[in-house]
Amino acid sequence: MIKPLKTPMPVADAEERNTNFYEVALGYSHQDALDEASRCLQCLHKPCVASCPVNVDIPSFIRAVKEERLDDALSIIHQTNCFPSICGRVCPQEVQCESTCVMTKRYQSVAIGRLERYVGDHANVRVDVKPLNHARKVAVVGSGPSGLACAYDCAKAGYAVTVFEAWHDIGGVLRYGIPEFRLPKATVDKEIDLLRTLGVEFECNVVIGKTIECHELFDMGYKAVFLGTGAGLPTFMNIEGEGSIGVFSANEFLTRVNFMKAGQPTYDTPLLAGKKVVVIGGGNVAMDAARCAKRLGYDTTIVYRRSLNELPARQEEVEHAMEEQIHFELLSAPVKISADQQGRVRSILCQRMQLTEPGPDGRCKVVATDDEPFEIETDTVIVAIGTSPNPILIRSTKELKTGKWGTILVDHNQQTSIRHVYAGGDAVTGAATVIEALGAGKKAAASIIAYFSENPAG
Amino acid sequence: MAKIIKKEMLNTNVVSMTIEAPRITAKAQAGHFVMLRIDPHGERFPLTIADTDPFLGTLRIIFQVVGGSTIKLNRLRQNDDILDIVGPLGMSLAHEHVSHAIVIGGGVGCAIAYPHAKALKQQGAKVSFVAGFRNRELFILRDEIEQIADEAYFTTDDGSSDRKGFVTDVLKELIEKQNDVDLVIAIGPVAMMKAVANTTRDKNIHTVVSLNPIMIDGTGMCGGCRVRVGNEYKFACVDGPEFDGHLVDFDELMLRNSAYAQQEKHICQLTKEEEQ
Ligand SMILES: Cc1cc2nc3c(=O)[nH]c(=O)nc-3n(C[C@H](O)[C@H](O)[C@H](O)COP(=O)(O)OP(=O)(O)OC[C@H]3O[C@@H](n4cnc5c(N)ncnc54)[C@H](O)[C@@H]3O)c2cc1C
Ligand SMILES: Cc1cc2nc3c(=O)[nH]c(=O)nc-3n(C[C@H](O)[C@H](O)[C@H](O)COP(=O)(O)OP(=O)(O)OC[C@H]3O[C@@H](n4cnc5c(N)ncnc54)[C@H](O)[C@@H]3O)c2cc1C
Ligand code: SF4
Ligand code: SF4
Ligand code: FES
Repeated sequence: MIKPLKTPMPVADAEERNTNFYEVALGYSHQDALDEASRCLQCLHKPCVASCPVNVDIPSFIRAVKEERLDDALSIIHQTNCFPSICGRVCPQEVQCESTCVMTKRYQSVAIGRLERYVGDHANVRVDVKPLNHARKVAVVGSGPSGLACAYDCAKAGYAVTVFEAWHDIGGVLRYGIPEFRLPKATVDKEIDLLRTLGVEFECNVVIGKTIECHELFDMGYKAVFLGTGAGLPTFMNIEGEGSIGVFSANEFLTRVNFMKAGQPTYDTPLLAGKKVVVIGGGNVAMDAARCAKRLGYDTTIVYRRSLNELPARQEEVEHAMEEQIHFELLSAPVKISADQQGRVRSILCQRMQLTEPGPDGRCKVVATDDEPFEIETDTVIVAIGTSPNPILIRSTKELKTGKWGTILVDHNQQTSIRHVYAGGDAVTGAATVIEALGAGKKAAASIIAYFSENPAG
Repeated sequence: MAKIIKKEMLNTNVVSMTIEAPRITAKAQAGHFVMLRIDPHGERFPLTIADTDPFLGTLRIIFQVVGGSTIKLNRLRQNDDILDIVGPLGMSLAHEHVSHAIVIGGGVGCAIAYPHAKALKQQGAKVSFVAGFRNRELFILRDEIEQIADEAYFTTDDGSSDRKGFVTDVLKELIEKQNDVDLVIAIGPVAMMKAVANTTRDKNIHTVVSLNPIMIDGTGMCGGCRVRVGNEYKFACVDGPEFDGHLVDFDELMLRNSAYAQQEKHICQLTKEEEQ
């Protein structure tokens, strides 16, 4: 008898967890993992694999879990995904691998992500450390998932890789964006350690395009360069009052809280004291900002212009946010922020919205209703309506061709307009997902490997 | 990590440090800044590159001890290391074909204005330097300024040295008397920069100011440094920190810079207590 429902994920109590930063989803037990693994039908045509952006060999690793060959399971995942503990936690599985799982025809899908996380967290890593070929030096710019994945594959191929990072620590959004309660930093550290074992070198506090120009990397002996600089530049709404004290981009808020540990007594970075916060947006970034704020004691409301069905965040995070007593004002769009005499946020005025009938593309437009705007009193507003690619490197590297939103243009091999310079991740696509960034980094690594293979002297 | 090669006090509250940072030094130009972090629990904060020695690979920072982070930085001595230093950040504005520039520094702002005077002098412009301080005890870089500028004017708010009054008093006279002034650079307290911009507005003299909003990353990722210029937001760390003074909304900047005053006072107090 196949169990119709996913083996539930043990989670911390909602009333308690919304006051601390410990991890919410606690992870499967050994028995949970065995139970869940036995739900997989081991389909021969395995549709799930094709809907994973890096094509993890899902049935094979699940079979290994079922047969209690956990280390084998990890080796199978590592063939295509170096970060199972991270991806198992943060991939939007419901729209990726799990969306096409055969089980969904009648029941709930296999909990592929949860199993992947279980393997990443509990199996022992087998690595085959090759002596590095220092004639084949690769420079990776940015240490987010795209850069790390490219570095991983290049190091596995025996190339000497240096990752340059502008911040003082490694991981990109995994470090400064996604909060501890969703992705513990110890987990990030553990998976990044794998790269160190492979001989990847990290240089923090280096901004390519400022400290070192992109073309100078070649003078330094690097033969190929990967740009994984992300899409970190926050967008604002351009409404009245956005300059008031207490209006933050989600990036600033999350960086202060997650990365600089603002609010913790022994850290210096300050956090503005407040009681109520309104978060604008409906993506993962908005959910994370809202849930962080809740944990810091704010009464928290999310304002999103479309309805529940359109919320782009990972489904599980929306459910968790609701359980954690975060209010949702759906079909609402901000119009104006009002401030008091000291310039501090006092309230935000919002307009009720409505969805139109779906257009030819199947998407509903959202338009303002005739209702009177309504006011929400608040002392803090966090804007999480999107980001665009970081401009520093693009501005200083004139030969680099970019698209409309400042995204770096690449061909199907992740090759940019500059020879031997590749790019991938959010810098190319605009804000997307961890696993898509990781996939792009891998694809670039494959191009770099092909280039070195064609130039054996190189 | 970057080693402090030399440390000196320029007055009771302003410190100069020469730091070994060859990569940053090689690229630094007038107007660039660095972000620093002193210890693993510290904040990241910006300081301007006041001078460089490309031959030795060293750069100089000059800072006023105002709060927690600058107190911590001031605790370091010669041969100590600074944990993190990133740069050179910001856009350096090239001022081409300048015939006569008035460079104005207010207090520690003189340290930020000085590299501009030096760069303008090197490209052949006439440079008048106007340096304003609250009183004679707070003077910094007097010798350097006198050496580099064609004309140097000093003011004190209380008249304890040189001319009593504000930098704008001197500026007004200069632009009345001399009609070849085609660039004014003003760096110092926001109120001073605002006053300078108001003084030059009618005369239509191109006026550049260097803004100092609160920054976190300094690389365009947080938006905390946004300033209203013209009618749009610019990020001071990647689009500036130098902007057309006639377009800047100084009032909003003053407001935003006061945001953390309460908390900072607290941290600053704690840091001082630790010290005792
Ligand atoms: C708060 C938040 C929550 C998210 N939640 C999820 C989620 O649950 N699931 C999911 O799949 N995705 C999520 N995402 C999206 C995902 O994190 C990104 O798509 C992914 O991190 C992109 O990876 P990347 O390697 O392209 O860039 P990033 O992770 O942005 O890393 C880029 C790195 O490059 C560095 N850099 C930039 N310019 C330079 C330079 N010139 N020199 C040196 N270094 C430079 C940056 O400092 C940064 O460290 C979330 C994003 C955010 C912000
Ligand atoms: C691009 C740039 C270049 C700078 N260059 C220099 C320099 O060369 N020399 C120098 O002495 N200072 C410079 N500053 C200002 C310097 O960064 C701040 O003085 C410093 O961050 C204060 O940190 P703190 O923890 O010591 O003080 P805090 O405790 O943070 O602040 C003390 C007081 O200063 C105010 N304050 C905090 N940050 C700023 C700021 N950025 N601007 C104005 N007031 C602020 C606070 O509200 C508080 O009232 C620069 C700022 C910017 C943005
Ligand atoms: S990497 Fe992400 S999409 Fe791929 S199988 Fe794992 S959880 Fe699914
Ligand atoms: S589609 Fe679902 S059931 Fe089939 S192999 Fe993939 S995970 Fe297993
Ligand atoms: S300091 Fe963060 S964007 Fe400028």
